[in-house]
Amino acid sequence: MVQARVLVVDDERDFNETIVKRLTRRGFYAETALSGPAALEILSRQAFDVALLDIMMPGMDGIEVLREVKRRYPGVEVILLTGHASVESGVQGMSMGANAYLIKPVDFEELLGAIAQAYERKIIVAGND
Amino acid sequence: MKTLDFKRLRFVIILFTLGFSLLPLLVLGLGVKQRFSSAYQDALQGSLRTLVESKRNAIDLFLTERMAQLSTLASALTYEEAADRENLERLFTQMQTTSRYYIDLGVIGLDGNHLAYAGPYNLGGINYKNEEWFAKVVAKGVYISDVFMGFRQYPHIIIAVLRREGGKSWILRATIDSDAFESFVKRVQMGRKGDAFLINDKHMLQTKPRFGGNVMEDMELPFRVDTRFSGARVQDLVVNHRRYLYGWTWIENKDWLLVIREDPEEELRPLFEAEHLIWIVLAGGVALIIAGTVLVTNSMVRRLENAEREKANLDANLTQSGKMAALGKMAAGVAHEINNPLAIIREQAGWIKDLMEEPEVKAIPQFKEISDSVHRIEHHVERAKNVTHRMLGFARRMEPVMQAVDVSKLLAETVQFLKTEALLRNIDIRHNLADNLPTTNSDPTQLQQVFLNLIDNAIDAIGKNGQLSLTTSYDSSRHEISAVFTDTGCGIPPETLNNIFDPFFTTKKPGEGTGLGLSIAFGIIEKLGGRINVTSTVGEGTTFTVIIPASV
Repeated sequence: MVQARVLVVDDERDFNETIVKRLTRRGFYAETALSGPAALEILSRQAFDVALLDIMMPGMDGIEVLREVKRRYPGVEVILLTGHASVESGVQGMSMGANAYLIKPVDFEELLGAIAQAYERKIIVAGND
Repeated sequence: MKTLDFKRLRFVIILFTLGFSLLPLLVLGLGVKQRFSSAYQDALQGSLRTLVESKRNAIDLFLTERMAQLSTLASALTYEEAADRENLERLFTQMQTTSRYYIDLGVIGLDGNHLAYAGPYNLGGINYKNEEWFAKVVAKGVYISDVFMGFRQYPHIIIAVLRREGGKSWILRATIDSDAFESFVKRVQMGRKGDAFLINDKHMLQTKPRFGGNVMEDMELPFRVDTRFSGARVQDLVVNHRRYLYGWTWIENKDWLLVIREDPEEELRPLFEAEHLIWIVLAGGVALIIAGTVLVTNSMVRRLENAEREKANLDANLTQSGKMAALGKMAAGVAHEINNPLAIIREQAGWIKDLMEEPEVKAIPQFKEISDSVHRIEHHVERAKNVTHRMLGFARRMEPVMQAVDVSKLLAETVQFLKTEALLRNIDIRHNLADNLPTTNSDPTQLQQVFLNLIDNAIDAIGKNGQLSLTTSYDSSRHEISAVFTDTGCGIPPETLNNIFDPFFTTKKPGEGTGLGLSIAFGIIEKLGGRINVTSTVGEGTTFTVIIPASV
């Protein structure tokens, strides 16, 4: 089975890099972006299947990034990931097309499950087109 | 918080109200009394003055008449007629029929011997030549004596006139009945304490006063008598600690002083009665004002006190909700800040675990130690995650799912969860659940969480062997449903009671309680528009009362 291409967007470099290393080890193609604009820039150059988005980021926050991603690259599935569990942001994110909403620190198996689910959905949506 | 001293406030209001209402009343009352009494005194003095003067005029008239009578008689008689004893007796009898005041009548020659005498005494042989009055009548022509004893050894007054008839002169002398004169004076004596008497210029009594003293005795007067003056004097005097009204005047025909004494208390009785009435009315008014003031002030202060208490309660509730909101925000922030590092720690541990799947790593001697360590790191990250997630749960402002809830039924269901626990600990759970309670619009899950928490706490407080009563009731006036949880547990000391709703406040051992139960319960009930009250006595138990509004 072809693994999903994952973009990890978080201002916490240590978190990003470790996640990318672990995903890569499991056969994913993963890249990291330390801010919203950086993520959008990478997306403009490269195609990704799933984006892991931190909500609380300095400058452009996760919800804004989500809106831009969904506007420009509707094919990219987004998983929101945050340490700040606010129902409003969760509901808002889901209504804007986020695929999942996970609270840090997240169990890695759970994260893999969410990525798999998002990727599956993307393939189904793409197949319908 | 600033609280009013209600006792002091009450005292000040009563004092000022009474001061402002009673002072004018008293001033008015005393002023009226003063004016009234001084006017009455003036009237009393004026009437005594009039009395003294009219009496004086009467006495003067009496003496003038007597003198005129004798002068007329004397001038109508010749020496021979006067010296004739039979003739004199006839005249005397005639005089006595018209005037009762005469006792006897005598004609005396200039040698002092009686020429003739008519009367009850045997005075024929007496010589008056050396008597004081004899010289005076010879000198002046007319003479009225003071009261004196004379030869008959009985107090009497004489009036004598000198008749000059050519070369011969003789004296006509009449004795006035001093008793009759006295009664004439005494007719003025009024009331029970009133008195009237005459004294001469040497302060010797000429008539017998009603109280103290006899005719011809010296009389001590409470006032200083000036030498002759015209008109009457009136004065208020204190004699033997009693007030008397004295009036005095000089008689014109004689150096006699007429003294009339009145008892003002007797005269002032109508005034005193009126004054008495005024005092009664005044006392009634004062009592009414005091009672009214105290009643109004009491009710006012009580209302103020209630308002203050309600305000304090409201303040306490507001403070509590403010505290909750602030803590909620803080908990969310703290949770977020901690969750990020926790996520990184977890990923680092996960990466180590990933790397440990490599065969060369598995070969190193410390492999098991490292693996254990990584598992422990993951275990404790999980533990920390539970805490931060619970904090987020507390901070989360979830909108409750509202539906009509029967509180009695919900409570009965809830208690089932802990029935076994209570049974094991020998705790008797008593239900006093009201039937037909109106429903409340609430989230049953959240309400159940609150009930569960309170019952759980109560069971913990009792420990073993005790009782827990669950009571529900409905207050129709306030349209509120209450659920009361009364345990016979250890109780909560007063200093702790203020903190029990604070988040993370717990009296349990570390690891046994999070200290979030009651604060979450408080938040839930508050969001439902209700409140939780608690009362507790150490050693006797605790009562939690959950009050929620009934649905309309």
